[in-house]
Amino acid sequence: MQSIDWAVVDWSRGQFALTAMYHWLFVPLTLGITWIIAIMETLYVKTGDPEWKKITKFWMKLFGINFAIGVATGIILEFEFGTNWSSYSWFVGDIFGAPLAVEGIMAFFMESTFIAVMFFGWNKVSKKFHLASTWLVAIGANLSALWILVANAWMQNPVGTAFNPDMARNEMTSFWEVLFSPVAINKFLHTIGSGFVLASIFVIGISAWFLLKKRETRMALRSITIASVFGLLSSLHLAMTGDGSAKQVASVQPVKLAAMEGLYEGTERAGLVAIGILNSKEKRESGDEYLFKIELPNLLSFMAYGDVDHFVAGINDLKDGNAAQGIPSIGEKIARGKVARQTLTDFKNAQDAGDKVTMDEIRERFAEQDFKDNYFRYFGYGFHDDPEYFLPNVPITFYSFHLMVGLGFYFIVLFALFLFFAARGELPRRKFWLRVALWTIPLPYIASQAGWIVAEVGRQPWTIQDLLPTVAAVTKIDAGSVQVTFWLFAVTFTALAIAEVGIMVKAIKKGPKTEGGTK
Amino acid sequence: MFEALSHLDLQHYWWIIVSLLGSLLVFLMFVQGGQTLIYSIGKDEAERTMLVNSLGRKWEFTFTTLVTFGGAFFASFPLFYATSFGGAYWVWILILFAFIIQAVSYEFRTKAGNFLGKRTYEAFLFINGAVGTILIGTAVGTFFTGSQFQLNEMNQVIWEGPARGLEAALNIQNLALGLAVFFLARVLGTLYFINDVDDEAILTRSKKQLVYNTIPFLVFFLFFTVRLLFIKGFAYDPGNGEVFLEKGKYLTNLLEMPLVLLVFVLGVVGVLAGILLTLLKSSKKGIWFTGTGVVLAVLALFLLAGFNHTAFYPSSFDLQSSLTIENASSSKFTLTVMSYVSLAVPFVFAYIWYVWRAMNRKKMNRKELETEDHLY
Repeated sequence: MQSIDWAVVDWSRGQFALTAMYHWLFVPLTLGITWIIAIMETLYVKTGDPEWKKITKFWMKLFGINFAIGVATGIILEFEFGTNWSSYSWFVGDIFGAPLAVEGIMAFFMESTFIAVMFFGWNKVSKKFHLASTWLVAIGANLSALWILVANAWMQNPVGTAFNPDMARNEMTSFWEVLFSPVAINKFLHTIGSGFVLASIFVIGISAWFLLKKRETRMALRSITIASVFGLLSSLHLAMTGDGSAKQVASVQPVKLAAMEGLYEGTERAGLVAIGILNSKEKRESGDEYLFKIELPNLLSFMAYGDVDHFVAGINDLKDGNAAQGIPSIGEKIARGKVARQTLTDFKNAQDAGDKVTMDEIRERFAEQDFKDNYFRYFGYGFHDDPEYFLPNVPITFYSFHLMVGLGFYFIVLFALFLFFAARGELPRRKFWLRVALWTIPLPYIASQAGWIVAEVGRQPWTIQDLLPTVAAVTKIDAGSVQVTFWLFAVTFTALAIAEVGIMVKAIKKGPKTEGGTK
Repeated sequence: MFEALSHLDLQHYWWIIVSLLGSLLVFLMFVQGGQTLIYSIGKDEAERTMLVNSLGRKWEFTFTTLVTFGGAFFASFPLFYATSFGGAYWVWILILFAFIIQAVSYEFRTKAGNFLGKRTYEAFLFINGAVGTILIGTAVGTFFTGSQFQLNEMNQVIWEGPARGLEAALNIQNLALGLAVFFLARVLGTLYFINDVDDEAILTRSKKQLVYNTIPFLVFFLFFTVRLLFIKGFAYDPGNGEVFLEKGKYLTNLLEMPLVLLVFVLGVVGVLAGILLTLLKSSKKGIWFTGTGVVLAVLALFLLAGFNHTAFYPSSFDLQSSLTIENASSSKFTLTVMSYVSLAVPFVFAYIWYVWRAMNRKKMNRKELETEDHLY
């Protein structure tokens, strides 16, 4: 293959990671708080109590500040597939473009149309129309999450597709397989669940601050009640879908699972490391993975396969192969990937030579089940000779995963406690816990970023699992250009994020506006 | 129902949809045009706040249309998405950058603690209005004049020259279209203010600006259009897909597709009618005539670029790398699936229309600013 400009690959990955992470700082709050606001406004419409209107409008104001920057960071993500990953965009655009288009048509318009009613419609449309608009904003926001997560899930587990050698690309064969892929459904539920949890903690934390300051007590208590019920249900749902994710990863991305657990030597009845510190790479590779660990016996086998006796493959098994378990080595996959790539090159040569007979033969080859299952399936491995290249960064994946799970369990406890305090009317005097809630606000942000790090770092180097590594997906451009845009976006997003936090803090300190005075 | 259509029919259908989204986008850029006029029309803080808030209730339509335009192009003509965005890197990055800074500016402009200060966000709105319109127009210009790229055997784009698309602005034809779009957006902006803002001083100044911007718009638009009819166009042989240059290709297209000619003429008449009604009859409905006209005229331009065996994203560096609706499209299966999705579009238009009317029953004026508690 042609010489590789690694700097372009790295800067392009960096730029995508930067924009995705900034985007994901703002989106989860939108996904969750829109439901909380819709519940609050429903209570206002049902009871007619102006206090509920005040509460609704206060959280809506914070939502508005957050929403704008989510939009700003979102547009660039969509177009970066084209600008920085143009080879990817052609190779799978026939499948990948569809969910992005559906997202625009079905979700973004709904969100942006009704958001205008939500903010400016209080005196212009009926109460019920306004309420319906608020619900539609929540539905629209979560629908857009559905489509982009369907797209992401397809990259992790490319289903419903077939390769067309004439066009040198993958083409969709079943829209329903793409949409209802179990990975997609699970990813969608888990991801929006994380948004619900984050928004609930945001509402509880800020309400706790009001209680500590002895301001807006009624608003704070009501907000905490709603958010702790919503948060508790969401965090339990998050644990369930998290378990579902682990099972999906075990079946479609076993290397990611091994990296999440820092498991090098595969075993039956594998234990789950609850807390651990990894050893150096050399020691890990020789089977001495942890400097220190607290392990729950058999649980990893059970979590991944629903069977305590099941074998869980380690990184060494996946890299070097494990004949007893029927796992091919990466070297073997590389060899098969090269066969698939060579077959495509042969096809292109035949095409150039106008050799229709050979072209027909190769087309048939690509359509054979044996070729699909044993060669084309490893197409992406044909782009590099070093097996190490096909392994993700283990420490980053391992620590991110454990941080996310640990925080997830902490959130369940916190919601349960707050619900308990709220039910007994003890909240205003639980000063310690109110402070804890306030200082918990950053934690779901960290957990949710960590979750995406597991999902994305854990699947490296693949843009499409086993079919296209980053090195073959990137736009052919000089690294300098991407470097400049990386810093352009880094500075811009940082400045806007500072502004966002500044505005948010001022708006919170100012508190809700008293209703009735201005109208 | 869509299964019965041929691949070629579907390619045409999707070119129409993408063209329609593109033309709606140009109409909705009245928001961008308006943003560049805030200081020309608003002479004090209250007036400027009215203008910003009037635009602030519509900016998301433009933004969402741009995003959907991109998504629809990706789904239906992925080779364009890969070639143009990856190839003309700098043009698209600058366009996107102009939209990133717009998205926060309304919400952040007057808020306490906004870090960069009110003037910065107003400058962002101006940059978005100027850079966004001129560069989008310039980029669309290359649909007729071509770009410097070639595709390798795996359809990967290799762009010639370091400017990565910015060189398009050196072509007088592209630049004329860019400036025409810029002044058109300003014309639409004034018409929108005349329609939405209920304030005498703003009305008077908007009318003045309408005249000032109509003149350069007409100059650049006529220059672009007349020249377009006589330049060499990028035709292809439907039999073997071979691309070749053809003198007066776009004039030929107009004459061979009388419906497109009709749409184009109706569009131009609509644009002028809206402007004249506003200036001569003091009508406040000019935006609807000019807006409809813009949609029709831009739609016709896109159809000229892609229909009648014309390469819509030509390469002047390597003719045979040029993109046509036939070689750049998605598979028949995907286009069929997406065609079913497209059935939702009229429904989307319907609710946008309904909400727009409900929200515009009250005009923007000083009283509205006093009673509204969500202000930009």
